[in-house]
Amino acid sequence: MNAHAPPAEVIWTDIGSVTDIPRRGARCVPTPQGDIAVFRTGDGEIYALFDRCPHKNGPLSQGIVHGRTVTCPLHGWTIDLASGHPTGADAGKGCAPTAPLEVREGRIYLGSVRR
Amino acid sequence: MAKQRLVVIGNGMAGCRAVEEVLARDPDRYEIAVFGAEPRVNYNRIMLSPVLAGEKRFEDIVLNDEAWYRDNGIALHAGRAVLAIDRERKTVEAEGGLAVPYDRLILATGSDPVRLPLPGAELAGVVTFRDLDDVGAMIAAADAGGRAVVIGGGLLGLEAAYGLSRRGMEVTVIHLMDVLMERQLDSAASFLLREALAERRVQTELSAQSEAILGEDGRVSALRLKDGRSIPCDLLVMAVGIRPNAALAKAADLLVNRGVVIDDQMRTSDPAVFAIGECAEHRGVAYGLVAPIFEMCRTLADVLTGDPDAAYEGSLLSTRLKVSGVDLFSAGKFAGGEGCEDVVFRDAGRGVYKRLVLEDGRLTGAVLFGDAADGAWYFDLMRRGEDVSDIRETLIFGQAVTEALSGQDPKSAVAAMADTAEICGCNGVCKGAIVEAIASRGLTNLDSVRAVTKASSSCGSCTPLVENLLALTLGDGFKADTGPKPVCKCTIHPHGLVRRRIVEEELKSIPQVLQALEWTTPDGCPSCRPALNYYLICAWPAEYRDDKQSRFVNERVHANIQKNGAYSVVPRMWGGLTTPDELRAIADVADEFAIPTVKVTGGQRIDLLGVRKEDLPAVWARLNAAGMVSGHAYGKALRTVKTCVGSEWCRFGTQDSTGLGVRIEKFMWGSWTPAKVKMGVSGCPRNCAEATCKDVGVICVDSGFEIHVGGAAGLEVRGTEVLTKVATETEAIETIAAFVQLYREQAYYLERVHKWLGRVGLEGAKATIADAEQRRALFERFRLSQRSAQIDPWAQRVAGRDHDEFNPMTRRMEFLPA
Repeated sequence: MNAHAPPAEVIWTDIGSVTDIPRRGARCVPTPQGDIAVFRTGDGEIYALFDRCPHKNGPLSQGIVHGRTVTCPLHGWTIDLASGHPTGADAGKGCAPTAPLEVREGRIYLGSVRR
Repeated sequence: MAKQRLVVIGNGMAGCRAVEEVLARDPDRYEIAVFGAEPRVNYNRIMLSPVLAGEKRFEDIVLNDEAWYRDNGIALHAGRAVLAIDRERKTVEAEGGLAVPYDRLILATGSDPVRLPLPGAELAGVVTFRDLDDVGAMIAAADAGGRAVVIGGGLLGLEAAYGLSRRGMEVTVIHLMDVLMERQLDSAASFLLREALAERRVQTELSAQSEAILGEDGRVSALRLKDGRSIPCDLLVMAVGIRPNAALAKAADLLVNRGVVIDDQMRTSDPAVFAIGECAEHRGVAYGLVAPIFEMCRTLADVLTGDPDAAYEGSLLSTRLKVSGVDLFSAGKFAGGEGCEDVVFRDAGRGVYKRLVLEDGRLTGAVLFGDAADGAWYFDLMRRGEDVSDIRETLIFGQAVTEALSGQDPKSAVAAMADTAEICGCNGVCKGAIVEAIASRGLTNLDSVRAVTKASSSCGSCTPLVENLLALTLGDGFKADTGPKPVCKCTIHPHGLVRRRIVEEELKSIPQVLQALEWTTPDGCPSCRPALNYYLICAWPAEYRDDKQSRFVNERVHANIQKNGAYSVVPRMWGGLTTPDELRAIADVADEFAIPTVKVTGGQRIDLLGVRKEDLPAVWARLNAAGMVSGHAYGKALRTVKTCVGSEWCRFGTQDSTGLGVRIEKFMWGSWTPAKVKMGVSGCPRNCAEATCKDVGVICVDSGFEIHVGGAAGLEVRGTEVLTKVATETEAIETIAAFVQLYREQAYYLERVHKWLGRVGLEGAKATIADAEQRRALFERFRLSQRSAQIDPWAQRVAGRDHDEFNPMTRRMEFLPA
């Protein structure tokens, strides 16, 4: 981080309810930085990643969600939802950036950073 | 020195436990007065469920009787409500003009049950489940028999439901979420719990939203749901949560958030006033379980008796469900980030599901269903936060096994085990029996040990132990063997066994299969889930409800995903025929949605490439309106039936190949298959429809129809082989449908027709199809399954089904500053 950069301000946006996303599924939120994929696991946890597989930019939101991972529909890379890192044989090859996320009382908030 | 005055508002579990803890530390320090809202002595509220179920009586759950208050010199003001706290004069004012001064005040006012503001909530017969009066009302209602509805599938709601069913009522639980006790359970455990409750005559409706309570003559008669259903009931219990009772604190201007805000010493914003239990909010959390509340009481007593630095730092939570015969334990969390891993164990025979969550080598969560004996041990490991990497291998088997095997390498651990030590818990096979069988029967591999002793033949979790025993007994003579390959890394079972057991054991949902076949992951993976979804559709066409989230995206959205995330759309063109109207509609749709590429496919239809996902429903609507339906170009399903023009136009044509192709396609479209199925019908042996490299092809000849099978022209190129020859079109269709049904029932998921035939042999398939009875039965099963399959998925989507799939969740962030 640049020591002279002004402090970042996070704007939180209510994007909907946890139950708007099917279990083991995902939905998209378009933003000026690109689509964010918001996932809900079988356990009901919520995660947010930019909707681009580190391999060839496949839409992760369209993949099959299993455990805490999603498998990209294009070439089957499996991405950890918490970190955005590929797992298994593709570990260490890039990352799908995570998006700032908060869940409060069943509502999901995505953060965007204003500088 | 005069005693200090300690006043407690609340005669519940928190208030009384705090007093007990103070007395235990310093019995003479305080003169104590307790106010209670209920007109009785203090009782164990968490035991109300067993009272409701008739398993305990009120006397059994009394914690402190009147003698206890008297012997300890406590003034009990039961049934007398506190009206106000005067913090300036340090006085509590109660009903009847009573004013009691304090030096230290403890708020233990508990919580109130949440009452949903539904229309009809004021009707007689609508109760909450909180105190003994509620239990009395519920017992009285149950004595009259009839039906009850419980809103809320959390711990309390389920215990209420179970209690009412024990008292003879028919009970339905309505739960808003799709998982019971969603804070404590995962979906696999919820599934087992629903089954266990159903056996106890408690039905559960998930994802169900209440809309209104209906009544007759001022009494509840039914609950109406948002989806329009009405569930008749004579009693309605709301068990949807609790709200901290902080009204007194608020009126006294103490800091109140959700509950009365306290610090680590249980102190409120006034240093002379403390709060504990369900009315309090500590570090943002309001607790509703008894264990953390007792921890608060201990800290408070320390603070009040001379250890001002005692601190409560929050609690890890654990839950046990109090339903007889249902062993259920949950603790910690399943949510976790990177570095989190699951260890899952299932034992179908005993109905056991265990899941442990490890994070950076530490145990952070546990769900145990069916066998919760090790719950306390796991909870202790969690609280201590120690690294459990060393015992990870055996952790899931519990404390006894882990401690017996700790610190030994697997082989010497096995060698050190007594002959009577149980190796296979599923089948109760001990070490001695396995060693004896290996030696006396000359067994050399895992399969033979399984066949002879049954060890490792059920859940397979003891397979490493059995292999070690083989190695130990045979020395170098043992080679780990490779049987049929398992479906995926989630299971030890191969496809064939999974298919067979689904049918034999009448397994009808994915969670049921995962439990019965003892899957080792909580919810499968992208390899096994689509396979299981297909096997279930094939086995139970009329009953099974397709699991959308277990389908690859193409089948979920009825279009093919392309490299840039756009989709391609292929409408069906029966037998490759189209009309000017259809072509106009396709052209119009391509224009309207600016579809960049329109291409003729190898299967004689038209592919619209580059459609945006959100445009799909509208594109389909236009195509539907012109009479076209989904071509299933995206599916493990019947794709195309390619034809030549045949006898209608061709001077060489022997039969109406186009017409037959159309008939076949109209009869067979929509059916799901293990892998894609492509067909062709050629009107003469010149074979212009290339029928001899299809999965199923027909070559028309003068005397009838040759049915060809097992061709391929993809990764592999193979010509077909002749299955049979028939005389009429109707026979051709019956034969083809029967053959495809045989393939549907026998093939492994993703196994193309030629691969399947390579595995089972063409001769067997030929013999089956040649047998008129078997052929007819296969045909009938195919026809039956088509009843639930021949529904155009596009039309369903156009009509609004799962429309969320195609819409962004929100557009509110689109125009935020970049």
